[in-house]
Amino acid sequence: MGNRARGQLSAHDFTRMFKNHPTLEHIVGRAGWYFVTFLVAITINFFLPRLGDANPVDTIMAKVSDGLDAASAKEKEEAYLAEFNLVEVDADGKVKHDARGKPVRTSLGSQFVKYLGMSLRGDLGGSILQHPKRVSEIIGAALPWTLALQLPTIAFGWLIGNLLGALAAYKRGIFDKVMYPLALLASAIPAFCFGMLLVYVLGIRLEWFPAVGGYDDGLTPEVSFAFFRSASYYYVLPFVSVFLIVVGGQAIGMRSMCIYELGTDYVKYAKLLGIEETKILLYMFRNAMLPQLTGLALALGAMVGGALITEMIFSYPGLGMAVLTAIQGNDYPLISGCTLLITVCVLFANFSVDVLVGLLDPRVRAARQTGN
Amino acid sequence: MRLFKNLLRSTSFVIGMGLFVLTVLLALLGPLLMHVDVHTRVGLAYMAPSARHWLGTDHMGVDMISMLVTGLRASLYVGFLAGTVATLVGTLVGLYGGYKGGLTDDILTVGTNLFLVIPSLIVLILLSASIENGRSLTLIALIIGCTTWTWSARAVRAQAKSLRSRDHVALARINGYGTFGIVFIHIMPYLLSYIFMVFILQMATGILSEASLSMLGLGPYDSISLGKILNEAKTNEALTDGAWWAFTPAMVLITVIVFALYTINTSLEGVFNPRLRK
Repeated sequence: MGNRARGQLSAHDFTRMFKNHPTLEHIVGRAGWYFVTFLVAITINFFLPRLGDANPVDTIMAKVSDGLDAASAKEKEEAYLAEFNLVEVDADGKVKHDARGKPVRTSLGSQFVKYLGMSLRGDLGGSILQHPKRVSEIIGAALPWTLALQLPTIAFGWLIGNLLGALAAYKRGIFDKVMYPLALLASAIPAFCFGMLLVYVLGIRLEWFPAVGGYDDGLTPEVSFAFFRSASYYYVLPFVSVFLIVVGGQAIGMRSMCIYELGTDYVKYAKLLGIEETKILLYMFRNAMLPQLTGLALALGAMVGGALITEMIFSYPGLGMAVLTAIQGNDYPLISGCTLLITVCVLFANFSVDVLVGLLDPRVRAARQTGN
Repeated sequence: MRLFKNLLRSTSFVIGMGLFVLTVLLALLGPLLMHVDVHTRVGLAYMAPSARHWLGTDHMGVDMISMLVTGLRASLYVGFLAGTVATLVGTLVGLYGGYKGGLTDDILTVGTNLFLVIPSLIVLILLSASIENGRSLTLIALIIGCTTWTWSARAVRAQAKSLRSRDHVALARINGYGTFGIVFIHIMPYLLSYIFMVFILQMATGILSEASLSMLGLGPYDSISLGKILNEAKTNEALTDGAWWAFTPAMVLITVIVFALYTINTSLEGVFNPRLRK
């Protein structure tokens, strides 16, 4: 590699590196694409909530202005306006005023630039509803719950659903006849309906599991056996309700994929050669699994959306609940903070799946190499 | 005629279509056959089902059957409108990009993929939350249509792309047809069955999206939808009060509609695509 003295790689080095490593090229290409997507997402996240005329400061002022005289109310309002970057501030941190004594509003563009910088540093602004608290604090507390619920449900649901689907396609007969309508039904039941049903039947009627919440009232989130036991008890119902829906959806997709694979020449040929059934099934699974993995990447957004609503039904202390309370209290910074974080998580998961597909699927590699 | 014969021979199509027609009939004929009134209280809150009120009353003491029929109408309306908008936008983007190819296609594909990856529920939440006043049923349906079209665009594009290199398309091009002429006269007719299937799925998505929004408290202010019935039941303690009649029927209705639409979609796939029929 040239230009070692400067310790930098030249453009030529990059092209040579990529030529020898199509996989690396794939990964870098995808990373670039997802970064662009992220920029679009963050732009949407900034501008959509500002389409309306709702002003976060009005919401806070409605709450705190009781009993304040006009002067101190005005001072307080200006402090909040400055905090939410809505007005120009001079070097001393004082709010600038125009000729008529009104605070100078910042333009949407410079607000956006400031928002971008803050978001990239991980600062999502202040919450309105839970005022001095920062949005990142609230989200930081909610995120582990959401990850703990959604990662395993989607990963296991995907795996089990695909196994069931492949089995149904191969076995046909009674197994397929029972499984297919069940899977269809499971994927047709909206996540929130299923959640409500579980809360009502298993939580409230039979009292097998706690109906709402994330852990027993007396406990605080900490690393202890008592807390962990309580939390896992509360975990069961939300887990089941998301899991079954993912299984249903994946099983349907895998089933039709495998039925298609069953009709291909290589399966027929393998059968004629007398290769063992389990071995053929394995070949088929490998081929059908990869489109399913790509399908997972595309369906992730919808799955996460469904799971968020489920969290809400169970009053599970994750991001879904945070979004709900934020919406109820018109807490715009918190709403857009949550939506931004959810989008980032979905993008990251998508990116991981994309990279995985690129590593696993020789077809993707071949397509890259022939420049297709 | 052959098509209808094939359709009727498929059990899942008959089941799906039957269920769907039933719900549509209930929504259309409900107000004619029975007394539907969602504005008067006919009794106390959460009265159990009785001979007078077959499904009891809701938290306000309004007859539950009236609520359900009204909610069903709203949900089907949202599904129809959102499905139409999404299919229209998706089909146009998909057909145009798939046929044109090149840079146009690249730009459209990147745009489609962008909004495919960003969860549509997120965009829906952000949009609905910003419209504080005037979130009407029609507006919500339009918003849903404008955020969920990406699936159809992707699906239609793939089909249009494969049709692009067919001989009759090349002939049309030689004969001087413009892009729109080719797309609408020579490509779209081949995809009509496909577009219809996409529409069925988009309808289901529309109904589900509206219900999700309503569950988040971002539902329409001017009408009662099935999702809104569920949300009201949940926020007004129907679950803890054991008033199952306040939420189970709405749940069953949503599930039946979505199940029917999914079943129609998969059975159509079998009918339109003979290779899958065995």
